[in-house]
Amino acid sequence: MKKIFTPLIAFACLCSLISCNKEIEEDNEHYEALQPNQLDADAGTWKTFIVALPSDFPVPAPASPTSAAYQTELNELKSVTANLTDKQKNIINYWKVGSVLRWNEIMRKLVAKHNLPPYQNADGTYPVPSAANPFSYPVFPFSNPPYAARAYSYVSAAQYDALVVAYHYKKQYNRAAPYKVDTNIKPLVAQNDLPAYPSEDAVVSGATLELLKLLFPADIEYIRSKAEEEKNFRLWSGANVKSDLVAGDSLGRWVARKVIARAKTDGMGTAGGNQAIWTKLETDCRERGETPWLSLESPKRPPMLPLYGNVKPMLFSSATVVSLRPGPPPATNSPKMRQELNEVLSYTKNPTRDNMKIVNFWADGAGTYTPPGHWNAIATQEFVKHKYSEVRWARNYALLNAALMDAAIVCWNTKYYYFNARPCQLDPAIKTLTGVPNFPAYTSGHSTFSGAAATILGYLLPAKAHEFTAMAQEASLSRLYGGIHYRADCEAGIETGNKIGQYAINRAKTDGAE
Amino acid sequence: MLKTLLPKVLLNLLFLCMGLKPIISLAQTETDALMMPQNKLCIAGLAGYSSWTNYWEGTFKRENANMGAVSTNITMLMFNYGIKNNLNFIVNVPYLQTKASKGTLAGMQGVQDLGFFIKYKPFEATSGNSLLSLYVVGGLSVPSHQYNIDLLPMSIGLGSRVASVRFLGDFQSGKFTASVSGAYLHRSNVTIDRTAYFTDHQINSSEVQMPDAGNFQVRSGYRDKHLIAEAIADNMTTLGGFDIRKNDMPFVSNRMNSTRVGLEAKYYLKKISGLGIHGNYFRTVQGRNVGKATSFMAGVSYILNTGSTSKMD
Repeated sequence: MKKIFTPLIAFACLCSLISCNKEIEEDNEHYEALQPNQLDADAGTWKTFIVALPSDFPVPAPASPTSAAYQTELNELKSVTANLTDKQKNIINYWKVGSVLRWNEIMRKLVAKHNLPPYQNADGTYPVPSAANPFSYPVFPFSNPPYAARAYSYVSAAQYDALVVAYHYKKQYNRAAPYKVDTNIKPLVAQNDLPAYPSEDAVVSGATLELLKLLFPADIEYIRSKAEEEKNFRLWSGANVKSDLVAGDSLGRWVARKVIARAKTDGMGTAGGNQAIWTKLETDCRERGETPWLSLESPKRPPMLPLYGNVKPMLFSSATVVSLRPGPPPATNSPKMRQELNEVLSYTKNPTRDNMKIVNFWADGAGTYTPPGHWNAIATQEFVKHKYSEVRWARNYALLNAALMDAAIVCWNTKYYYFNARPCQLDPAIKTLTGVPNFPAYTSGHSTFSGAAATILGYLLPAKAHEFTAMAQEASLSRLYGGIHYRADCEAGIETGNKIGQYAINRAKTDGAE
Repeated sequence: MLKTLLPKVLLNLLFLCMGLKPIISLAQTETDALMMPQNKLCIAGLAGYSSWTNYWEGTFKRENANMGAVSTNITMLMFNYGIKNNLNFIVNVPYLQTKASKGTLAGMQGVQDLGFFIKYKPFEATSGNSLLSLYVVGGLSVPSHQYNIDLLPMSIGLGSRVASVRFLGDFQSGKFTASVSGAYLHRSNVTIDRTAYFTDHQINSSEVQMPDAGNFQVRSGYRDKHLIAEAIADNMTTLGGFDIRKNDMPFVSNRMNSTRVGLEAKYYLKKISGLGIHGNYFRTVQGRNVGKATSFMAGVSYILNTGSTSKMD
């Protein structure tokens, strides 16, 4: 038998050689508990994105800490915090890293989950996901980059606006946290002097729940359970009494309704267009003497959200969208276009592994959280080092995501204004190193997103500005290396994105947070 | 997708090889009951082609007009050295080239995973003209370089290091043979070029957990001094992993399962001692997250005597 054991032992050695422990450590696993460097207690005066005035949301005055009602709440809190299960402790450890940050991660996950183009019908047409019937295939939504940009932006704006209103009432009512009222309560979160009523976590969870129900209705059960979890976390950790949470939750939902009212009338509902519009885009382009874009998918898929360029922007007016639209790409039959095609061909013919890495790193295609999600992930890795207050976390994401949404709007406006063909449509010798997106080439979405994101992030985190610019440049060129964009798409995209980022900077300078 | 194929293709390859050796202790690959005698070195060159148009997205069988037929060309060098009559060392070096007949995706090419196997025959018993033998094969397969694993099904492989152990029992009565083998494949995690990915949930890391896999094979047929001809059924089961979502791209850690049937023949020339020719043909009959592939392969082998004396058994 020894003869059989020898190879078995040899196999065990081999195993250890290639490492048998397969557990993966995620990048967000070791974030520290949130302990803000500054409280931003005056954030109630900061400029909101969508809601008008905090006084539009009259939050009722809380019971005094000396009242019998509050004392009852305190006693409840003591009993809840006394015997925590391991599961409860895990939930506390998850949420104490930060409400706004965790919801950003959850959103990225929802976007990735839903970022899949619907499978065709038997007759070669494609079904369209319906918000009215979100659970049946194709599940609503198809969270492609424009959809995702808008989703990130509305959720961030709702969180930010709701927190600004909450901080207004925190200051006005100035009711201390339970652990300040009764020092026998030892909270499992970092202590601070910020008034606890209404709870910032409950405000964020209430606002986010309402927005995500609209944006990702098929995941309502999951979203609701996370929102519930977050409010419980505040109780279990001794950070808030119940009335802090009830007031926060209700305020958050109230603010969300205003944001939802805007979302429902921003033009997204008709952005998909119809056959007449798709045909007109094609004929108009032909009449200009250019080769119109054609879907390279089989069966041919209608263009992605051709009227998204008319959606109402966050940082400027629709007239500004038109003024930001760059001049035309090289004409289809021009020597300049041939030169650009040759360049694409040269990158795709014998791609280096380094270029493939860049293509893959920035691909952010189907089944991912999209380029706006990628920039949220990049921002998060940096924001987390700066120990922001919840309201500043929300403000910075809101600025970033407003820029990304507006980048999507200006870019889509440009794409469908020129309606020009992808490189591999004009030259079938070009084979791509990533999937070809189903919309016109000029300008590059990745480039516009990245230019906008790097500009506002470079302003918020000046020490990293050069790094962000370099990343944006790489993201932009990744599309040329991958064979799906011309250099002109990338350059015009970055330049326009930078201009859009500047609008976010101008807003940041005057929003009262600096 | 179904690069999925690749490990499979590789196994395919493994079935081949050569070696020769009078009667019972013929040739050798990772999955057959053949051994190279001591001090002999078998060198083989093989070329193969594998292609699929249908594939299973999870359990849903479909085509994809954006890829058409996805094919892989394989060129492979194999070496088998007889350290002892009952102990062989096998090395193989495969070069792959992929191509989609439709759509825009670029094909990929390159040397895939280097395979190293130690094959040992600890037991053999005869009774009349029947012979029973047992084999143990330990293997290690290592990517030759960091090829692009994030463009399935065009990628040439999965990029994982694989340690495997196989137990094989072979029965021969006259010229009839039957053998059964099972292998466990321990696969290392892999690193992709992105910092996050979605399986059935979002993972914020570049590292991808690779599920282990099991392989089970039966083969039976004719075997004499010059000709080996066998029918083969082979099952590869990934122990974990997730299904490709509807209309999503395949991913390295998908649950890739397949059942294939095939034929394999080796013929050792009478006139030129040491020269053999090989061929096989396989069809995937059932699968999950893999292509419904048809593949064939052909090659030649030559046996060199490297020792001063060769102890033929």
